[in-house]
Amino acid sequence: MEKLYKFLKYTFIILWTVFIVAPFLWAISTSFKDFQSVNSKVTYIPWLDFEPTLEGWRVLVKSPARGGVDIVEPYFNSLFVTCTASLISIVLGTLAAYALSRFTFKAGFVRNNDITFFFISQRIMPPIVLSIPFFIFLSTIGLLDSLIGLVVVYIVLLMPIAVWIMVDFFNRVPKELDETALIDGCNPYQAFYKVVLPNSIPGLIVAGMFCIIFGWIDFFFAFILTFTEVQLLPVKVVALNSSITPWWSLSASALISVAPLIIVAFVVERYLSKGNLSGALK
Amino acid sequence: MNLIGENITYKPDDQFHLNDVSFNFKKGNLYTILGRTLSGKTTFLKTIAGLLNPDSGNLSFEDNDFIKIPVWERNVAMVYQQFINYPHLNVYENIIFPLKQRKISEDQIKKDVDEALKTVGLVGFENRKIQELSGGQQQRVALARSLAKKAKILLLDEPLVNLDYKLREQLREEFKRIFTQGLSEDTILIYSTTDPQEVMELNGEVIVLDEGKVLQKGPAKEIFENPRTLKVAEISNDPPMNILKGTKSSEKLSFENILINSPSHFKNLSDQGYNFGIRASEIKLDDQGEEFEIELAEISGSETLLHLKKGESKVIALIEEVMNFKIHEKVKIKFNENKLYAFDQNEELVSSPYGVSHG
Repeated sequence: MEKLYKFLKYTFIILWTVFIVAPFLWAISTSFKDFQSVNSKVTYIPWLDFEPTLEGWRVLVKSPARGGVDIVEPYFNSLFVTCTASLISIVLGTLAAYALSRFTFKAGFVRNNDITFFFISQRIMPPIVLSIPFFIFLSTIGLLDSLIGLVVVYIVLLMPIAVWIMVDFFNRVPKELDETALIDGCNPYQAFYKVVLPNSIPGLIVAGMFCIIFGWIDFFFAFILTFTEVQLLPVKVVALNSSITPWWSLSASALISVAPLIIVAFVVERYLSKGNLSGALK
Repeated sequence: MNLIGENITYKPDDQFHLNDVSFNFKKGNLYTILGRTLSGKTTFLKTIAGLLNPDSGNLSFEDNDFIKIPVWERNVAMVYQQFINYPHLNVYENIIFPLKQRKISEDQIKKDVDEALKTVGLVGFENRKIQELSGGQQQRVALARSLAKKAKILLLDEPLVNLDYKLREQLREEFKRIFTQGLSEDTILIYSTTDPQEVMELNGEVIVLDEGKVLQKGPAKEIFENPRTLKVAEISNDPPMNILKGTKSSEKLSFENILINSPSHFKNLSDQGYNFGIRASEIKLDDQGEEFEIELAEISGSETLLHLKKGESKVIALIEEVMNFKIHEKVKIKFNENKLYAFDQNEELVSSPYGVSHG
């Protein structure tokens, strides 16, 4: 029984790994191929099956005038928008979450839970509902088709995630910890940044990870709120697909698009496996 | 120069957490707050610390209005029943945290911390992480942090309740030593607990608290010998004092068809109905005694607690050896009438074996 269970477990893990990793291997090998090796026959192994070339990657950085597709500018646009919006969302979201977790607010019928729900409700609606208000809003303040406009929109989308995760996290940090800090001579601000914040790093990492992932992969708003001036990576990659870009360049662009997320996943995984996320505070 | 509270009331919802509490705490003394769970002990300590502001009443320390001073400027120290330390700091950093907040010189900090570590027996643990310590050690760190601060008011909120039996015994002994030797004449120590035994061992001034109200104040010995009301008698004994409804007529006491001789200290009591109180340890197994049925027998340590029943009356007897009993078995017990208390119909003490005045 034990052996059968082990056998089934590892069979499943191996099959699943192949299912996940195979497309990546395919994309990696394709990105180093040229026209010949893609179209002639089925090839897999570099140097043995085909002669690897960097042509597919070169196309990505060349300007359109010289026959390239120039993915560099959208790439840095995406990095800038995602990182800025995530950072601001985490800072504001953490402060909001701490207040919601520790203080009792009363305004008419509004209580803490209502405020928390207000934040989360921003993510409950399908994004398309927000597209028209966002469009009108950005065009009114003249930030349509600009990086700053996108940052503003992404903060609206990402901050609820940060608030949600951090409220839950702070609720699990005992209130007595803050109180001890106050008794030990910290004023409320010092208690927050000297005691509560250093113990909230696991929560901040999780919140940050979610913000970066959701910011990086968003296509919908990046597509609707930009035209010619600014282009974000997901929009650019989709545009490549519809043009006459060769397969090997498409593979390369897909790989560098997901690269940041894979790096984030590996960093966070190491942190998760240390058991620090839930164990820091009981 | 004392810590004085006057008519402090705190009622955040429908219930009183503190109800018209007044006290006058002198420096260099140990005060214990005895009360059951939710009796307002923690609220009491938090009010002194400044974490809560009472709805009404005054609190002053060294002739300053304490209520106007925020927590972080009050120079109090508090140890919680949960082991609260700063998880991101190691033992040493934990202890110096409050000292650094107060901008004390490095040399002085080093001296104070070494002393505190020695007092709580954690020398050599300076660089350990908090998570690596056992519950007892974590509580020692919290205590060391409070001691190193040299705060003028030291609050301990049921510091032993979350520890296992053995550690509790051990730490209680050490607390006694620390409190008698390690504290300066300048400190007011306030210790809250649900455990009457702790109160007796610490032997300070006791305040019995119930539903936010002070029921009795006085030295531990006096609370033990002469609990002013039936409620105090229940709270200040573990297991709670047995209460039997009965009557006194001429020289006999009767309850549940049991007739026993009235003890000499009852001789001034008029003949009428009383609530008789007797401690579990004053009930002995005796073949000449009255027959009771066993409802439950618990063995704890080297003692056996017998929950007994006869008619409507239930009593708990503490037998000082480990014995095996069957449930529903009948045993014969004898009450030590010389240790009987009498409470009148208003549940107030009218006679005690330690020669109390009458009500």
